[in-house]
Amino acid sequence: MSESVTFRFEVDGSDFTSAGQASVLVKKHLRQLGIDPEIIRRVSIAMYEGEINMVIHAGGGEAFVTVSEEDITILLSDKGPGIADIDKAMQEGYSTATDNVRSLGFGAGMGLPNMKRYTDSMDIKSEVGVGTDITMKVNLI
Amino acid sequence: MKIVTIKELLEADVVCNGEMLGEEVYSACGSDMMSDVLAYVKDQAVLLTGLVNSQVIRTAVMMDMRCIVFVRSKVPTPEMVRLAEESGLVVLTTKKRMYEACGILYSNGLVGNKVKNV
Ligand SMILES: Nc1ncnc2c1ncn2[C@@H]1O[C@H](COP(=O)(O)OP(=O)(O)OP(=O)(O)O)[C@@H](O)[C@H]1O
Ligand SMILES: [Mg+2]
Repeated sequence: MSESVTFRFEVDGSDFTSAGQASVLVKKHLRQLGIDPEIIRRVSIAMYEGEINMVIHAGGGEAFVTVSEEDITILLSDKGPGIADIDKAMQEGYSTATDNVRSLGFGAGMGLPNMKRYTDSMDIKSEVGVGTDITMKVNLI
Repeated sequence: MKIVTIKELLEADVVCNGEMLGEEVYSACGSDMMSDVLAYVKDQAVLLTGLVNSQVIRTAVMMDMRCIVFVRSKVPTPEMVRLAEESGLVVLTTKKRMYEACGILYSNGLVGNKVKNV
């Protein structure tokens, strides 16, 4: 069967308070689709980390979540500053977050490694001055 | 431990979802860094924190937690309360500080790591 459903969200980069709204909605949609709770938790955490990153590092962007028979795909796309050294950014503890971001409870440099840990595949395409596309997949079968 | 016991031990006030105080929880964690909560916490159903912003609520929702305890008399904003209400999270506030609040719960049997669920 090839039926799939895609949800699209705009992530507002100007307002830290609203960051994560898309992830909350995705969680609701996945529950309505009857997806396994453990899968929902993995997708939610990975997407939430990515959504927060788009707000604190890239000034917002777009998120697409596609649920097919085989997997759930999360695409996070922004036109922010890009990531110069992806290997470095993937290291636990590496962060360029400001003290202000830290005072809000983020910026430990754990987000990207956590996204990789909670998903079955993760691909980062980034160009400095152009933006970043992150694609993550969680298998359903 | 029932959430109502947490409320009593910490002499806490209930901010929302008080009808869920009878629920059982098996472990807890305490942190002001949501990054660390997202990266290190596994099955802990209770979050003690001194940080007050909407991301605290969303972090707990993403992790399927059941209860947030704000320490040092921190009061969540109306927007946070609304988010917690619709997500079915019990929110408590206590005058106690983080170290003391965690110590009280821990010494009364609410561990950091979930023991085998029966
Ligand atoms: N969408 C993005 N655009 C530009 N840079 C990014 C983006 N996402 C991550 N980065 C860069 O990669 C670094 C590491 O990201 P990661 O999510 O692991 O940590 P963090 O966001 O700094 O802290 P934490 O996720 O623990 O709150 C960031 O500090 C930032 O420099
Ligand atoms: Mg991050």
